Amino acid sequence: MLQDIIINGLVNGSIYALLAIGFSLIFGVARIVNIAHTAFYMLAAYFIYIGFHYLGAPPVLAIVLAVPATVLTALVCFRLFIDPIQEHEAAVLIATIALAMVIQEALLVVFGGHYLGVPPLISGYVELLGVRVTKQHVLALGFVLVALALVWVLLMRTRIGLAIRVTAQDREIANLMGMDVRRVAMVTMAVSVMLAAVAGAIVVPLTVLDPHMWMHPLIMMLAIVVLGGVGSVKGSLLGSFILGFAEALVVFLIPMGAFLKGSVALSIMILVLLIRPEGLFGVAFEEER
Amino acid sequence: MKRRNLLQRILCFSVIVVFMSIPAWGADTIKIGVLGPMAFTQGEGHWNGATLAADEINAQGGVTVNGAKRQIELIKVDTNEFLSVPDATNAVELAISRFNADFLTGGFRTEAVTVMQDIAMDNKKIFLGCGAAHPELCERVATDYNRYKYWFRVTPINSKFLVKVDFILLGTVAKIMATQLNIPKIKVAIVAEQAAWNEPIVSVAQKKLPEMGMEVVGVWRPSPVATDVGAELSAVQRAGAHIIFTSFSSSVGIPFAKQLGELKIPAAPVGINVEAQKQSFYDATGGKGDYTLTINTYARVKITDATIPFFDSYLKRFGEAPNYTAGTYEALHILKEAIERANSLDSDKVVMELEKTDRPGTAGRLVFTKDHDVTWGPGYVTGLGTQWQDGKNQCVWPMGWEGVTYEGVVPYKLPPWIVEHYKK
Repeated sequence: MLQDIIINGLVNGSIYALLAIGFSLIFGVARIVNIAHTAFYMLAAYFIYIGFHYLGAPPVLAIVLAVPATVLTALVCFRLFIDPIQEHEAAVLIATIALAMVIQEALLVVFGGHYLGVPPLISGYVELLGVRVTKQHVLALGFVLVALALVWVLLMRTRIGLAIRVTAQDREIANLMGMDVRRVAMVTMAVSVMLAAVAGAIVVPLTVLDPHMWMHPLIMMLAIVVLGGVGSVKGSLLGSFILGFAEALVVFLIPMGAFLKGSVALSIMILVLLIRPEGLFGVAFEEER
Repeated sequence: MKRRNLLQRILCFSVIVVFMSIPAWGADTIKIGVLGPMAFTQGEGHWNGATLAADEINAQGGVTVNGAKRQIELIKVDTNEFLSVPDATNAVELAISRFNADFLTGGFRTEAVTVMQDIAMDNKKIFLGCGAAHPELCERVATDYNRYKYWFRVTPINSKFLVKVDFILLGTVAKIMATQLNIPKIKVAIVAEQAAWNEPIVSVAQKKLPEMGMEVVGVWRPSPVATDVGAELSAVQRAGAHIIFTSFSSSVGIPFAKQLGELKIPAAPVGINVEAQKQSFYDATGGKGDYTLTINTYARVKITDATIPFFDSYLKRFGEAPNYTAGTYEALHILKEAIERANSLDSDKVVMELEKTDRPGTAGRLVFTKDHDVTWGPGYVTGLGTQWQDGKNQCVWPMGWEGVTYEGVVPYKLPPWIVEHYKK
C-alpha cells in the first residue's frame, strides 16, 4: 500500500503543481490574484477540443495551436479588464472572478453542459513500483520538472526575468527607474497563463471537459498557494505535493471517505495556517527577493 | 397631415389584427410545457423526445377534442435544475401562469421535481414525469390521491426496481466470470459516488452480495464530480477485485471509465453509470469506455414494435441515440390518447383516462400502477443492460431472464485484458 500512496501522491501533486506555480508567479510579481487562472486552464482544454474535433488537427497540433490562443485571449482580457484597475487589488480579485464566470457562461452557451473529452498525448500505462500509472500522468509528473526549470531560467537568467524580479520587489521604484512595469506584468501574465494552458493540455485528457471544471482545481490551487506561502513558487510546489499525498492517504486509509479527500487537504491547509499564518514559505520568499 | 392619418390607420389595423389573433392561437393549440435543464443532455432529451412526438401527432392533424383537431404547441421551459432548485420552481410557475401550459412533462432531479410536482398539483395540471426515479414521487399519489393524482411517472422505472436490475446484472456478470475464468469466489469492489440516492444501494449491496456468494473487498465513495480516480482504481486493484460494482449518476462516471480502460485494471465494471447511457460517452472517454456495462432504458432492440422505429427516427433527426429523458415522446403519445378518450382537456377527466393506459411503448408495455408509477417486470417495462462493445452501446440484458429476450440482444463480453489476466 505504501508504494500506491507514494506514486499516487506524486501524480496528484504534480498535477496541482502545474496550476499552482503559474498562479503563484503572477501574484508574486504583479500582485494579481487571478481567480480566472483555472478558467484559462479550462479554456485551453476547450481550444484543444475545438482543434481536434472541429478542425481535425492531430492532438499535438491542437495543443500547439491552443496554448498561444489561450495566452492571446488572456492578454486581451488583461488589457481590457485588469490593467485599468491593477492598482486596486480587491477590484482585480472581483474582476477576475467575473471574468471566470463570463468564460464559464460563454462555454455553456456554445457547448452546452455536455461532458466532453480530448485524446491523451500518450496512451497506455507503465508500472512504477508495481503500481499502474497512465503514461499521461507520468508526462504530467515530468512536465512539472521541465516547467520549474524553465521558470527558474526565465527569472534568473534572462533580462526580462531580472525585470520581473525587480518589479516584484518594488513596483513603484521600478517604475521610477524607467522600467515599463505594465509590460512586465503582461509578460508575467503570459507566462502564468501559458503554464495554465499547458496544464490543461496535460491534465484534461485524463479527465472530462465541462464548463464548470475550473472550480475544483481553483479551490485546491488556492489552498496550495496559501499553504505554501502566497507568492512563493517553491512554496506552491511543496504545497502541491503535501496536498497530493494527503489525498492519496485518504483514499487508501479511509476508502469509504474517498470523497473527503478535498476536505482533508483543505483541513491540512487550515492546520498549517494556525501554526504558521504566513504559510510554509511566505517569509522566506520575501527574504529571497 | 395625410401621412399622419395613414400611419394611425395602419397602427389601428395592426392592433385589431393582433388582438383578433390571440384567441385563435389559444383555441387551436394544446400547450404542453416541456420542463428540463435545457443546457444539458437530460434537457435536450426531454425536448427532442417531445418535439418528435408533437411533430408526428401534428402531422396526423393533431389531437381530436369535441370533433375538432387541435395542434400541439410545445413550450420549452429551462428549469436549470442541475444548478439551482429555485430556478426550477420559477420555471414551472412561468410555464403555468405566463405561458398558460395545459399540461406539463419532463423534470430530472428528484429534489427539483418534488417542488415542481407540488406547484403543478396546486394548479391541477397533469405532470407526466420523465426523469426523476425516486419512489417518493409516486408514493405521494398513494398517500394523498386527491392532491397528487395529476402526477404520473412515464420514465424511468423507480429506483427500487433500478436496484433490482442492478443486482441481476451483477449476478449475470459474476456467473460469466466464474464460469469462463474458473474463479471460485468472485470478489467485488463497490465504487459509488457520494450522494444520498446511493446510501441504500451501498448498504444493501454490502449485505446482499455475500448472500449471492460473492465477497465485498471494499467500498470506495468518490465525489460525484471527481475528475481523477486513479488512486481509487489503484486501491481497487490492490484489493484483488474481479468486478467493480459502480453507482454513478454524475460526471465521475467518465474519468472512472476512461482511467479504468487506460490502466486496464483487471476488474469488470457493472452497475449504474448514467454517463455511459449517452452516445457521447464513447467520445468523452476517448474510446476507453468500451466494456462498461450499465442499466439503460433505450437501445436498438425490439422491446416492442415501437422501439426500433422510435430509436431510428430519433437517431436520424438528432444525430444521437435517445437517453431515458426522451421518454417525453411516450408521454405525449399517451396524453394524446387519453385526451381523445376523455374527449376533453379537463384534468380530472384526462387523469381517469391516463390511469387506463395500456400501450406497447418504446421502452416496454406501459401500464401505470395504482400510485401512477411505471409497472416493472416481465411483460411490462423491464429496463435494459447495455454494454459498450467496439464503440457501440449494445443491449446485453435481458437475455433469457424470466423468459424475456429482446430481439437484437447480444452476449455480454468480458474485457480482453481481464481474460488475459486471469487465464495466465
